[in-house]
Amino acid sequence: MSSAVAETKDGLKSEKKKQSRFVEVLKSLVKNKLSLIGLIIITMIVLVAVFSPFITSYGPYEQNLESTKLGVGSEGHFLGTDNYGRDMWSRIAHGAIISLVVGLSSVGIGLIGGIVLGLLAGYYRKLDNIIMRIVDLLFAFPGILLAMLIIAMLGTSLVNVVIAISIWSIPGCARIVRGSVLSIKNQEYIQAMRTVGASDLRILVKHVLPNCTAPLIVYGTMRMATAILSTSALSYLGLGAQPPTAEWGAMIAAGQDFMWDAPHISVIPGIAIMLTVFAFNVVGDGLRDALDPNMDVK
Amino acid sequence: MSNQKQLLKLQNVKKFFPVKKGMFQRNKNLVKAVNGINLNVYEGETLGVVGESGCGKSTLGKVVIGLEKLSDGSIYFNDQSIGNLPERKLKEYKKDLQMIFQDPYASLNPRQKIGHALEEIFVIHTNLNKAERKEKVVSLLEEVGLSEEHYDRYPREFSGGQRQRVGIARALALNPSLIVCDEAVSALDVSVQAQVMKLLKDVQSKYNLTYLFISHDLGVVRYMSDRILVMYLGAQVELGDSEQIYNNPLHPYTKALLSAIPRPNPKHKRERIKLQGDLPSASDYPAGCPFHTRCPIATDRCKEVRPEWREIEENHFVACHEVEAIKQTNDDVREDGLKELV
Repeated sequence: MSSAVAETKDGLKSEKKKQSRFVEVLKSLVKNKLSLIGLIIITMIVLVAVFSPFITSYGPYEQNLESTKLGVGSEGHFLGTDNYGRDMWSRIAHGAIISLVVGLSSVGIGLIGGIVLGLLAGYYRKLDNIIMRIVDLLFAFPGILLAMLIIAMLGTSLVNVVIAISIWSIPGCARIVRGSVLSIKNQEYIQAMRTVGASDLRILVKHVLPNCTAPLIVYGTMRMATAILSTSALSYLGLGAQPPTAEWGAMIAAGQDFMWDAPHISVIPGIAIMLTVFAFNVVGDGLRDALDPNMDVK
Repeated sequence: MSNQKQLLKLQNVKKFFPVKKGMFQRNKNLVKAVNGINLNVYEGETLGVVGESGCGKSTLGKVVIGLEKLSDGSIYFNDQSIGNLPERKLKEYKKDLQMIFQDPYASLNPRQKIGHALEEIFVIHTNLNKAERKEKVVSLLEEVGLSEEHYDRYPREFSGGQRQRVGIARALALNPSLIVCDEAVSALDVSVQAQVMKLLKDVQSKYNLTYLFISHDLGVVRYMSDRILVMYLGAQVELGDSEQIYNNPLHPYTKALLSAIPRPNPKHKRERIKLQGDLPSASDYPAGCPFHTRCPIATDRCKEVRPEWREIEENHFVACHEVEAIKQTNDDVREDGLKELV
């Protein structure tokens, strides 16, 4: 049909811009200096965690009682050693693995739970009240208290920390998803899918969920920071990883007895936690701007 | 018209929306969006539905298509009652009843390629393999004036008119017999509007489609429709052949609507009928004739008795107590016009 030819030109213009959305978001993320720094820090932490066996000369649990509490910059131990003579750098690197794994898995489980609940609550009006009141109940507890409660019931271990933090992540995620679903489900393209006879499951998974990913990515990133911080906090309190595990929070707790003569034993894991949490928060902020719905998403 | 096959029949169709008010949402108020529509739609015709915004046009379309559940009354499609079928059984009829949506920017999933969006319909309803599905999609795209190169594009890469073409392709995919066009061209530029309307007419004659053409644009409706239904506040006020409605409107509301059409001729003397007051709230439905609160010729009877739906001329139905008077003035005006011409 010839009448469509004129309209086709519009379509051709955007051909050049055919870049993947991922690259687009990354570009605008990097433009923001703070989130660029955050991104670099996260990349470094991930690299250290992945390659920790190759970049450390001692094992994280290798004791050397002849060279305990060596200061920062000592020969062979550039971050010093702790009160048992274990290499601090090696323990920090090992702690990065624990933090990232615990963070990722708890946020992952929390997101999955939250997405399922949020989709159901947002899409089915009948379930909305029931689900959201349970979510409100979870919200009423201060997060760390809820986590402590769950650990008190399940016992202290890193796995239980993951479970506790996952459960704590569910309500926030469920609310975000529900909110997005409520606005998306009245869009005409959802109604259009219903008129062609698509099932609810298909609509939810293929049409609703992909359109509420942006806030979820932001939430997930911010949540990583909280999860890592809480893991350390719980371990510090003796509810998570137990000594001698090279977990940052547990390391702070173990070092606090030597605060006066060897402060680095506590301070270095503290800095590690601070940098990681800072990096994830900053990247989360940057993502929020980069994923702005007013950007060229439509 | 009546010798044609009756495709769709609405009997006293009503759609009420509850509005919750007060603490703990105790007080339920009903918004009567569609309040008793009786209508026959014949195969192959285009039935225009006009009325101001909020008069229930779109809700009527959604009820017909099954997007909204009926509150009362019944809908027959091919003599089969489809009013409140459960979702599973409805799926078969849904193939025959499709819809073209108003906003071409909101009616396509922004995260889905056009080709995939159309293909999905065949995934749902057929067992075709990927190659066969793609072939079907491409032929659909060509049908609506697009081409294979558009298959891998996202909706954001299209103009409004192109998107609406995709919307039409989606509606055509399952070979429906009735398509509800809900303000299908209202969001488009006038030039694109004409193209899309032509496309709609082309596919209509090719596939013997029946349209329920909902619009507030009287010019568009006149171009598209064989018959026109005028709605006011959820009720039908006048129904007739397109020419009857435009040349011999018998309901005061229709007359007011038509007088509001802008004329291209600046010298043309316009006697615009201005309606007083606002559209009454559909949740506080007036007794008697729904139009009496704004009607220039309302009598006491109009305030109490709801006018009957009467056939005044052949195939020309009106719900008004004062029809005869209006008909008389219409005839007088026409005679005057003739005298002037002579």
